Amino acid sequence: MPEFETDSNLVQEYKYGFVTDIESDTIPKGLNEEVVAIISAKKKEPVWMLEWRLKAFRRWKKMKSPTWAYIDCPEIDFQDIHYYSAPKEPVNLADMDPELLKTFERLGIPMGEKDAMSGVAMDVVFDSVSVGTTHKEMLEELGIIFCSISEAIQEHPDLVKQYLGTVVPPGDNFYAALNSAVFTDGSFCYIPKGVTCPVELSTYFRINAADTGQFERTLIICDDNATCSYLEGCTAPARDTNQLHAAVVEIVALENSEVKYSTVQNWYAGDENGIGGIYNFVTKRGHCRGRRSKISWTQVEVGAAITWKYPSCVLEGDGSVGEFYSVAFTNNHMQADTGTKMIHVGKNTSSTIISKGISAGQSSNNYRGLVKVVEGATNARNHSICDSLLIGRDCSANTFPYIESEDDSAHLAHEATTSTISEDQLFYLKSRGLSEEDAASMVVKGFCKDVFKKLPLEFSVEAIKLLEIKLEGSIG
Amino acid sequence: MPYLEIKNLHASIGDIQILKGVNLEINKGEVHALMGPNGSGKSTLSSVIMGHPDYEVTEGDILLNGESILEMDPDERALAGLFLCFQYPVAIPGVSISNFMKKAVDARHPEGKAPAGPFLKEMREMMAYLDMDKSFANRGLNEGFSGGEKKRMEILQMMMFKPSIAIMDETDSGLDIDALQVVSKGVNKLRGPDLGLLVITHYERILTYIEPEFLHVLMEGKIVMSGGPELVKKLEENGYDWVREQVIATA
Repeated sequence: MPEFETDSNLVQEYKYGFVTDIESDTIPKGLNEEVVAIISAKKKEPVWMLEWRLKAFRRWKKMKSPTWAYIDCPEIDFQDIHYYSAPKEPVNLADMDPELLKTFERLGIPMGEKDAMSGVAMDVVFDSVSVGTTHKEMLEELGIIFCSISEAIQEHPDLVKQYLGTVVPPGDNFYAALNSAVFTDGSFCYIPKGVTCPVELSTYFRINAADTGQFERTLIICDDNATCSYLEGCTAPARDTNQLHAAVVEIVALENSEVKYSTVQNWYAGDENGIGGIYNFVTKRGHCRGRRSKISWTQVEVGAAITWKYPSCVLEGDGSVGEFYSVAFTNNHMQADTGTKMIHVGKNTSSTIISKGISAGQSSNNYRGLVKVVEGATNARNHSICDSLLIGRDCSANTFPYIESEDDSAHLAHEATTSTISEDQLFYLKSRGLSEEDAASMVVKGFCKDVFKKLPLEFSVEAIKLLEIKLEGSIG
Repeated sequence: MPYLEIKNLHASIGDIQILKGVNLEINKGEVHALMGPNGSGKSTLSSVIMGHPDYEVTEGDILLNGESILEMDPDERALAGLFLCFQYPVAIPGVSISNFMKKAVDARHPEGKAPAGPFLKEMREMMAYLDMDKSFANRGLNEGFSGGEKKRMEILQMMMFKPSIAIMDETDSGLDIDALQVVSKGVNKLRGPDLGLLVITHYERILTYIEPEFLHVLMEGKIVMSGGPELVKKLEENGYDWVREQVIATA
């Protein structure tokens, strides 16, 4: 666990809210079969992929957007969105548009091979396309495939065909169906048998163009006895209109493999009056297919106007393990309905859930979780801890834990607390010379510690800094 | 000029008047004890000096080094040299002692950041002096601490922050003899020309370890009697009733 260091120079405003002035190839607004075909054509996809998309699209047309989440979302006009936008000039790492390079510098992403972070291989998705992946050669030597999903569809069609949609089927839910029809880019990772990926695999998602939806699709496969750690980060310009990010992430963990998936989500959250911001409607699911496989989700959610997201694990392999660690911070008018599902299918499976929700301003922050033990999943174990911290009087927190157990041998434990930062804690810390903000920030970081320590070290430091910035101005 | 000067201090919580005209002067280098029966306002006095937001000062003043501190927030008072040893320190879960101490020491450092090496060295020395195990530094602040551990933690902070005026609010309550001796050892190490100390207590016991030069008796929100060490003995033998009678007689 790194020591927390406060950088007092950090600014409170959303520093990623700028727009890159770059010529884009954007298709007209609207969604129909022709648009799906255009996207597929732009990606130079094989016919089977187009058919897969069209099937999903036809399903989606019959579906209705879900209303069960505890969020208040204006109706989205799906015909008023651009479904594809990409920088006009072909982009690659060697001769990247200087504007783009500048953008990545401002975002703090080292994209040149020479500045690339030594411990991290990075893929960057700018609006609808991947603009480059670092450390490719080193990974290739190990047999690791880490590339954009578009590239994978062309270069590794058999792997994609074998796994795409097997964890989150196209008809799983409204947004998953939409994503399956119009997904544009995302990452593809394949770790071959017995390989421990030596670097963090990381994707950075950037929305730049206005009125554009981003439909990320990521697929991670960890073969027998393989291990990898993957991290994604997200930002978008500050705009007074809402933008949609509807992602699908699928993870397949085969026998005795381990995948650690971490997210630092910092989409533009709208202004203090709740104008603008990203709608983050995401389906993330991992499938522990092999025996003793393990999937661990860690998420730090500090952005987006509305978040609807439940990274889940289907624990099918005997002895498999699922974990979910979450910090969700909401401020101003942000709304979050987030949590997880742990589905115990195999024998001797176990899962752990630690959720820390922090609400400030007039925001609403909800944990929604399902722990399900199917018949025959003997000796399933789950331990859930869901804590909420309220800052101020106008915010709210709710916990919706669902437990369905069909097997008597299951051991399920659930703990939940809701608290405010107490006056006594603030007085105590202030009487030691800490300002009100530093005192509150310290209490909040302590509250989140169990989750932060699950993040890869370098990202843990970043996540803590990010949370500090978000806390500024939300206290007092 | 006394370093801490409390003048005709009246304070209330809600509609209840608790302090009704406290006068007290403490210089650096002096050790004062404040005693009094339950409900006399001892803990209120310490909270008001530190600036607890629940209390309202309705009359009078508190001066530190000649300046009124009534308009100052608790953190400003702390940085001006005041320290309060809490009777019931609260837990801050997940915040390690080393992290918390570093932040608090940084806040006092002229450049806003104390060098980590010397800080750690000093803290380890002080912890050893208070019989605290090294591993203690990694624990959450007051999280699951025993009564004795909490009080040691308070003394550790006092030793690290080096206040000009420290108030110990019933630090002895709930301590066994061993813990009391360790706590007193820490306090006595700090005694000297740079520290003025106010020891608030219900029992005489702590005053045999930390010997005060002055003793004050607080009753019904007022200091009704002051004296030297001999007064400790008298209170121990006779309780507060004779004080009460004497106050009534002279009223």
